[in-house]
Amino acid sequence: MSKPIRVLIAKPGLDGHDRGAKIIARALKDAGMEVIYTGIKQTPESIARTALQEDVDVLGLSILSGAHNHLFPEIMKHLHQHKLDHILVIAGGIIPKDDIPFLKEIGIKAIYPPGSSLEDIVSFIRANVPQSTND
Amino acid sequence: MKKELYTPQDLESVDFENDIGYPGKAPYTRGVYDAMYTKQLWTMRQYAGFGTSTETNKRFRYLLEQGQTGLSVAFDLPTQIGYDSDNPMCKGEVGKVGVSIDTLADMEDLFRDIPIENISTSMTINSTAIIVLAMYIALAEKRNLPLASLRGTTQNDILKEYVARGTYIFPPQPSLKLIVDIFQYCSEKMPKWNTISISGYHIREAGSNAVQEVAFTLADGIEYVKLALESGLQIDDFAPRLSFFFNSSMNFFEEIAKFRAARWLWSNIITNRFHSTNEKSKRMRFHTQTSGASLTAQQPENNIIRVTLAALSAVLGGTQSLHTNSFDEALSLPTEKAVRIALRTQQILGYETNIPNTIDPLGGSYFIENKTKEICKDVEKYLQKIDEMGGMVRAIETGYIQKEIQDHAYKLHVNLDAKIDKQVGVNCFVEESEQDFTLLKVNPKNEHEQIAKLHKIKKDRDNEKVQHCLAHLQNAVQAGDNLMQPIIDAVKEYATIEEIANILRKEYGEYTESIF
Repeated sequence: MSKPIRVLIAKPGLDGHDRGAKIIARALKDAGMEVIYTGIKQTPESIARTALQEDVDVLGLSILSGAHNHLFPEIMKHLHQHKLDHILVIAGGIIPKDDIPFLKEIGIKAIYPPGSSLEDIVSFIRANVPQSTND
Repeated sequence: MKKELYTPQDLESVDFENDIGYPGKAPYTRGVYDAMYTKQLWTMRQYAGFGTSTETNKRFRYLLEQGQTGLSVAFDLPTQIGYDSDNPMCKGEVGKVGVSIDTLADMEDLFRDIPIENISTSMTINSTAIIVLAMYIALAEKRNLPLASLRGTTQNDILKEYVARGTYIFPPQPSLKLIVDIFQYCSEKMPKWNTISISGYHIREAGSNAVQEVAFTLADGIEYVKLALESGLQIDDFAPRLSFFFNSSMNFFEEIAKFRAARWLWSNIITNRFHSTNEKSKRMRFHTQTSGASLTAQQPENNIIRVTLAALSAVLGGTQSLHTNSFDEALSLPTEKAVRIALRTQQILGYETNIPNTIDPLGGSYFIENKTKEICKDVEKYLQKIDEMGGMVRAIETGYIQKEIQDHAYKLHVNLDAKIDKQVGVNCFVEESEQDFTLLKVNPKNEHEQIAKLHKIKKDRDNEKVQHCLAHLQNAVQAGDNLMQPIIDAVKEYATIEEIANILRKEYGEYTESIF
């Protein structure tokens, strides 16, 4: 049996809207993945540290405060410093279309607006997770 | 089970006097005022705020010129959780979801040329409510206005922050003490101020159903009343100034019944549990906002229709004030144009449809009355369960409330994915649409400007006086005194929100979330 996919769901920034983050965490668990959810108000540094400690394959970021253009690059920088560039990073929340090219450029592989299908997210993760793991 | 037709049989358990009655009379099912909108329309109150106080001041004055009748201030997240704009935690968040307030100087700019004695101002502020209200009071005193003339609301509802909104700082017990401090101060000095807006809105946005929204909101309300009574206040000293805040979502008739049920329940709770003898205490006055979670990022123009329907539910349900969401809010903060359409939606309902000409027009409907009664019963079951758990604070500490909300939120999303529930443009009638409107961009320079302003104020103020006020505040905290006056004194010397919050943090500690 191969190792299950490990996912960190993290909420950077100061907003407390965690409905989406919690739904995704549960959906990924139901899909057989191991999910760590660390709650609201996480700093970029603490997110990278948790990703390292928990040895995750995937990092899912949820943000609704509008601070993504500042916080996401910070998170990517900290992941890089911890040599975690192999982690598949995806994001969801209130993120205007115009901001997506920039976020893709810094290495965020997929961005999910409100109303995204849980099935789509699960299959995207399965198809794009780093090769060493697969359930 | 779905029931397709309602008949007089469905009213057999409904008693006219006890369940329905007349508007303006207990149990207030039909509305809190006898004439309702026939005499005065609901207050059209759009939640607004972004960037600096000067910029938001412009938006406020625009909204007032456009016929809006009350202000509703959105604060940015640093203000809501007690950080100054220059705190490293706040990078990228300053002025984003609301206006940034560091000191009284920002409050002065926010209300510049706005006669606060003539309008009502609602403020969405919770864990730092006592500080922000102190600034508003200080502003009024500097303008030589009697405090008794101030009308408005501080949201000040911390319990829902732990389960649904997240802008808490301190643990529940000291947070509740601050709320009671505000009750006490305002019951003496600000008779027209709504000291709290007990909010189901965010509980619903977090994914609850309509019954849970009402049940958890009322359970929060019961907790606040109990605490105020324990502190020595009499029920009728403060209960008339309690106000509520609900969501209006897409289940059109259920929402109308929900509003009517909530009023019936509160009137009965205040009368039977708390033995009020003042009719004003029994009236549940509430604000409504149309549901943000029901808006779609796909084909966003359709949201105008969704908002119209939700607004109509709120009006048919007898709301006292209303915020209509803008159609672009599933994508970003709203533009001025989108806000204008949202406000016009209310004005069309108010001035073109004749809907306000009849009080509680759906009263007596087999379906609505039956549904109202059913919601009352279901809510009472939850209230009993929460009572058995030892009250709302206990129910939150055990994670029961959070789990109930999360379970329902998950079910909703799974049902959408499975197309059991339909959402136009999302899981049916899907099309790739071009976005042919522009989104609001908050000026990134705002953050630098705000920080520069803060630094200048900290340099120019009398720092010795500030330190003196902060020390005095610390003593008051340790003595367990009412903190309203010491905080007013501190903000008048331009102590910052973080300086004041830090005194409280030091004494009270900080709350960390448990994941359920």
